[in-house]
Amino acid sequence: MTHTTATHPTPTWEGIKTVKFAMWLFLASEIMFFTGLIVAYIALRYSTPNWPVVRDILNVPLVALNTFILIISSVTMVTAYDRVEHGDHKGFPNFLLATAVLGLIFLSIQAIEWTALMGEGVLPATSIFGATFFTLTGFHGLHVTGGVIWVLWATRKAFRGGYHHDHLGVELVGLYWHFVDLVWIILFTIIYLI
Amino acid sequence: MGGSLPQVSTFAGPIDSLYNVILIVTGVAFVLVEGILIVFLLRYRRRPGQKAAYVHGSRQIELAWTVGTGFMLFLLAIYQYRSWIDAKLNLPDESQAQVVRVSSNQFEWNAIYPGADRQLDTADDIKAPINVLHFPLDRPVVIHLESVDVLHSFFVPALRIKQDAVPGRPGRLWFQATQAGEYEVACAELCGLGHYRMRAFVTIEPQAEFETWLAEVAARQQ
Amino acid sequence: MHSAEGELSFWRKYVFSTDHKVIGKQFLFSSLFFFIVGGLLALLIRTQLAWPWEEIPVVGPLIYGEESGNILLPERYPALVTMHGTIMIFFFIIPILSGAFGNFLIPLMIGAKDMAFPRVNMISYWVMVPAFLVMVASFFVEGGTAAAGWTSYVPLSARPDMIPGSGLGQTLWIVSLLLVGTSSTMGAINYVTTIVTLRAKGMQMFRLPLTIWALFITAILVLLATPVLTSGLLLLLLDRTIGTHFFLPDGGGQVLLWQHLFWFYSHPAVYIMILPAMGMASDIISCFARKPLFGYRPMVFSIMGIAGLGFIVWGHHMFQSGMNPVLGITFMTSTMMIALPSAIKTFNWLATLWRGQLHLTAPMLNALAFVSTFVIGGLSGIYSAATPVDIFIHDTYWIVGHIHYVLFGGSLFGVFAAIQYWFPKMFGRTMSDRWGKVHFALTFVTFNCVFFPMFILGERGMPRRLADPYNYNFLASLQPLNQFMTVSAYALALSQIILFANFFVSLYRGRAAVANPWLANTLEWTTSSPPPLENFHTAPVVHRGPYEYSSPEVSEDWLPQDRVLGGAAAD
Repeated sequence: MTHTTATHPTPTWEGIKTVKFAMWLFLASEIMFFTGLIVAYIALRYSTPNWPVVRDILNVPLVALNTFILIISSVTMVTAYDRVEHGDHKGFPNFLLATAVLGLIFLSIQAIEWTALMGEGVLPATSIFGATFFTLTGFHGLHVTGGVIWVLWATRKAFRGGYHHDHLGVELVGLYWHFVDLVWIILFTIIYLI
Repeated sequence: MGGSLPQVSTFAGPIDSLYNVILIVTGVAFVLVEGILIVFLLRYRRRPGQKAAYVHGSRQIELAWTVGTGFMLFLLAIYQYRSWIDAKLNLPDESQAQVVRVSSNQFEWNAIYPGADRQLDTADDIKAPINVLHFPLDRPVVIHLESVDVLHSFFVPALRIKQDAVPGRPGRLWFQATQAGEYEVACAELCGLGHYRMRAFVTIEPQAEFETWLAEVAARQQ
Repeated sequence: MHSAEGELSFWRKYVFSTDHKVIGKQFLFSSLFFFIVGGLLALLIRTQLAWPWEEIPVVGPLIYGEESGNILLPERYPALVTMHGTIMIFFFIIPILSGAFGNFLIPLMIGAKDMAFPRVNMISYWVMVPAFLVMVASFFVEGGTAAAGWTSYVPLSARPDMIPGSGLGQTLWIVSLLLVGTSSTMGAINYVTTIVTLRAKGMQMFRLPLTIWALFITAILVLLATPVLTSGLLLLLLDRTIGTHFFLPDGGGQVLLWQHLFWFYSHPAVYIMILPAMGMASDIISCFARKPLFGYRPMVFSIMGIAGLGFIVWGHHMFQSGMNPVLGITFMTSTMMIALPSAIKTFNWLATLWRGQLHLTAPMLNALAFVSTFVIGGLSGIYSAATPVDIFIHDTYWIVGHIHYVLFGGSLFGVFAAIQYWFPKMFGRTMSDRWGKVHFALTFVTFNCVFFPMFILGERGMPRRLADPYNYNFLASLQPLNQFMTVSAYALALSQIILFANFFVSLYRGRAAVANPWLANTLEWTTSSPPPLENFHTAPVVHRGPYEYSSPEVSEDWLPQDRVLGGAAAD
């Protein structure tokens, strides 16, 4: 490829990096995507006469723990970025790895929860509750999966010293990870708590 | 509006006159804008050796046409609230009105009338033949609009009424007919391959004739 | 500047190119192809409306085939309507405005070498290709293409047993649109980032040409609206595949939910389909009036106003949908408000002509046609916005006339203007202005003959999407008018042959273009025609706004954005 990046010699907009700006735009579109799903959920929930009592169906304590795990993963991600910013090139990959592992634990617990629910006959096709539950948590889970893959890729790069000169990549994966985390906190609140 | 269509409900007057008001307002706007465009095209054709005016705009002019147009649009918006509220929000008291359920499915309209108990969903409900609807003259009619399969839209051009029949979400609409006669119902929402022939007939007739007809239908139903 | 052009293989140069100019041309050619497809579908619709169920000589057997008796079957008519709308909107208007002109013009007009992410840009085109293929494939599957309208209202589109096209065809339709949405979103992120971060030195936001402003705001609309459509499409896909009931009332779903999600995207999409044309028409009108654009900032703020209000008017598509009528009042009021910025734009275009020196070239005539027909499109919208009148004209030919005056009269005349205006820059050759004028005159007349009568049909209450309106007594008398429209539509279609011939002949035989054939001010005209691989031989520095025509500072009647005047730059 002869010209993969077209960095202009004198960009007008100083101070903000092109890729980071684009990342924010991408997250804005992702927010609108989840807004669509969440609005559908709210509309359907309030038009369904006998919405099940969520505490009876869903394992709220287990998922609360899972939420906690995801929040901790955001903390490890922040620490990773903090370390790399302060030049701790040896230490920070471990925190990236921890983030990925916590993400995997989150997904595993979600898989356990899904299996249990399906065992009880709660399926996407059987009720509006099932449809919205699996769709919302499912699309979020896909985002976590994508995030885990990205974090693992970044971890590998980090262990090989890939962020010695430029740690923008860590910042980007961090932004995405916090976004996915934030979406989960909203989903947890509206699906499990309210 | 409506061309050759008669005005046979109380809505027809307000809706058609609102249409005419908008026709005048937009007509004036249209003639002005297109007229000015044509005049400018003729007047300001290129003349060799001349330069155009070096003008970037004018705050006063911008302000004038923004406020002027905004005011016109605001007036138009206010002006129509009344008719909309009358048509869709101020439904008459059902105990005083003729209640009819209009149920739609691919590709037919079914009218169901309450029997002597004046209640729908009871044993004495009267089901009219497919695609035949009768409504009394000079009396409010409240339609309970339903669909059993896909979206349809109950459109009676002469009555100036239209509303979608939404499966799973029964709706209400009302009208008061002012002129007896037979009028067509069209489906106005794409509903499948037979959409174009989802036609029914509405007969508007005086209360007495309407009751006679309803009794006949009820008798045949026994 | 490296002369990389020679080193690139054919594939790198023309197929998997990351050069925004090549990608723009890829979008241009594929969308023009779908313009032909969509246009031919329109002719089939018009033929049916003029002579319902009659066998079309010669063509009929080829299209409809022996097994259907060489005529259109009733179940195919909704499919025709659906595919005409879908193809024109998603494969023609949106890709040609944002894809072709957005790609080609953004880096050139802001003085950048390329997009911020050239490889993402390339992928955004190559995501469109499977979308094209999937949609085209749906013509050949059992049951045929989707047939629930371009709006794909549920439950018709959610239940395979409701209409023949609601089988595999509808699923392919959804998949194709998901791909289109992905492509659009990638493009939008790229455009916004490029415009924000890669402007040339001195190119302040308020020195951007309106074309760029329009494409910028359009990209923001795409960015925020498309994901909502994506979420709706995914829910619909789940309903159709794994048996959920989001939109199916018999399982507890909500029919109107689809309409809300769909129109939350598709109303802003209407502006996605017109704003870039408005921007391009503004640049073209200012150039050929040889006069600064009147009210540059009000024009920019109007675009912002249209975009902002565009997010809160979607319910005006649903006045008669059984939605709560109180919401109808809110949406009617916001819809009336959105007419204001459109009106301001029109007044400013007119004021730009005032005391100008009008050069009536083919691009200028098309841009003026844009203004004059957009006025009709806009004014006809006021009737639909007026909720009580909408009770009667909703879902009639009134709305068909309205959308065609906006999208054909507006966007398409804008596209015609833009093609002829930027053709020299794109291909280094010039299109024939004389044939351009012939095309313009024929198109303008036949266009109005096809689409103005639609308002008459609407005013008579003729519903849209009826395969055979004449079995209604109140519509039977409208057949001669429909026949006139259909004949006009044939003439309109034939007129486009002139454009295509002019385009392709000029591509190979056209007069070689100089760098700045129109004596225009914006940056793309400061580089050679066509521009080299990274656009500018030296990085441009901008000293002034894009519309300094007939400036008293110079003797000529144009003053390019990058020209240095006297000793000190007028910064």
